[in-house]
Amino acid sequence: MAAAAWIPRRIAAPGAGMLTAVKCLVFAACLLPLADLLWAAWRDDLGANPIEAITRGLGTWTLNFLLITLSVTPLRKLSGLDWLVRLRRMLGLYAFFYASLHLLTYLWLDQFFDWAAIVKDIAKRPFVTAGFLAWLMLVPLAATSTQAMMRRLGGRRWQRLHRSVYAIGVVAVLHYWWLVKKDVTLPFTYALILGALLAWRAVRRQDRGGRANAALVRTPGVAMAKSGAE
Amino acid sequence: MPRYTPPSHAASEITPRALFDSRRAFIRSAGLGSIALAAGALGLGRAASALAAQKFGALERSPFSTDEKQTPYKDVTNYNNFYEFGTDKREPAQSAQSLRLRPWTVTLDGLVARPRTLDIDSILRLAPLEERIYRMRCVEGWSMVVPWLGIPLAALLKQVEPLGSARYVEFQSLHDPAQMPATRLRVLDWPYTEGLRLDEAMHPLTIMALGLYGEELPRQNGAPLRLVVPWKYGYKGAKSIVRIRFVEREPATSWMRAGPSEYGFYSNVNPGVDHPRWSQATERRLGEFLKRKTLMFNGYAEQVGQLYAGMDLRRNF
Repeated sequence: MAAAAWIPRRIAAPGAGMLTAVKCLVFAACLLPLADLLWAAWRDDLGANPIEAITRGLGTWTLNFLLITLSVTPLRKLSGLDWLVRLRRMLGLYAFFYASLHLLTYLWLDQFFDWAAIVKDIAKRPFVTAGFLAWLMLVPLAATSTQAMMRRLGGRRWQRLHRSVYAIGVVAVLHYWWLVKKDVTLPFTYALILGALLAWRAVRRQDRGGRANAALVRTPGVAMAKSGAE
Repeated sequence: MPRYTPPSHAASEITPRALFDSRRAFIRSAGLGSIALAAGALGLGRAASALAAQKFGALERSPFSTDEKQTPYKDVTNYNNFYEFGTDKREPAQSAQSLRLRPWTVTLDGLVARPRTLDIDSILRLAPLEERIYRMRCVEGWSMVVPWLGIPLAALLKQVEPLGSARYVEFQSLHDPAQMPATRLRVLDWPYTEGLRLDEAMHPLTIMALGLYGEELPRQNGAPLRLVVPWKYGYKGAKSIVRIRFVEREPATSWMRAGPSEYGFYSNVNPGVDHPRWSQATERRLGEFLKRKTLMFNGYAEQVGQLYAGMDLRRNF
């Protein structure tokens, strides 16, 4: 798809150098939430319950990065800026990075490696179960994020595996929803955004399916050949 | 009309050995404190206490006070669950400042011989103000040590002569959307409602707090008066109370209505009975790194255990 007419050429099709610069910038920007937390910790500005504040901050940014990653494709399709997809892996890996720090905070600062309590927590508390499950589901995605792994798996299988990120999004929002005591305004907002991002995909898929079917109907020969092949 | 006779107080009126000892320890530490004061080496807590003495006059020391390290004033007043002013714990410290504290009255009615509406300033003069340094355990798994100032709730309740038929006390917080914009969100069923069994309400540990750290109660902590029931989870301590009603049946509290399977009427601190969504076995004392074990009745078992003799606390959570 071509970029929208109003987008300058330089932005629609940046050169290799420009793209590297953008990537570096995004890489650095993704570290800002962490830097902000560390800075607040350094100034002792995390409030009365710093461990809770760190856990919450890292969890929130995990969710943010999941949603940002999931917005790449819609943004790309809507704007026509195809190079946006080249940021997707980095953003996804940042989601995993913040998720891992979030989990580490729980294991270390919150539970202080009290494994008995941790296992019990994961087994008994639905919100902990969901959070742990979401992290676990991210692991294979991070592990297969390299070019080499993509080739080894083959594009189709790789894509099928990476579609699990939709489920991860749902589980992660549930994790937040179940954790909140009463006021679900924020989890609801995340659910809404996630819902919109997934709905956009569902609608597009249906559209594509509809167009494909229409094409088949218009050319009966192809349809017959296809059904014959199956 | 039959006057209310408190349930046998005998057991609780005898100062338990542990308390007697802790009182001794308290007197000793108070002595040390004054030496420290003289030496000019005083922490925030003691400085604030000195201020209180000026503001409220001489404070009655209480044998019920703990000598554990007090949570810093800054944390006590910046980490508040006061949903009428927002659900973020840092929010009420700012958003509650719009709360008007005068005029303020509290209506005591229901099953009483003499229903009355008392002005806050007359409540302040009802009984000698006592300092009560209590542990506070939140249902969310954190705890504080707060030096409250207040009067025994019983002193207030006796003003209206409860009838024999009164078995429970219901507390209602102010619900004024003009002053409490966050109540437009129906996070809870407003007004915030809490309740105690009459014998719990009359128990000497239960206080109506009017201040903390020697000052008038900050708005975010429930000014001008709030309930403090140290052996129960923090949310039982209704803030900014405007009405106290004596009733026959167990009142439905805001939290019970919000989540009947999660919040029970009694809400006694109990490490053996988990909240459905999190464990209650341990807690993080604010300012400490490692979690500590939660104590039965928040460490007040000796004083209040007999209130629940024979009750199934797993069912009556």
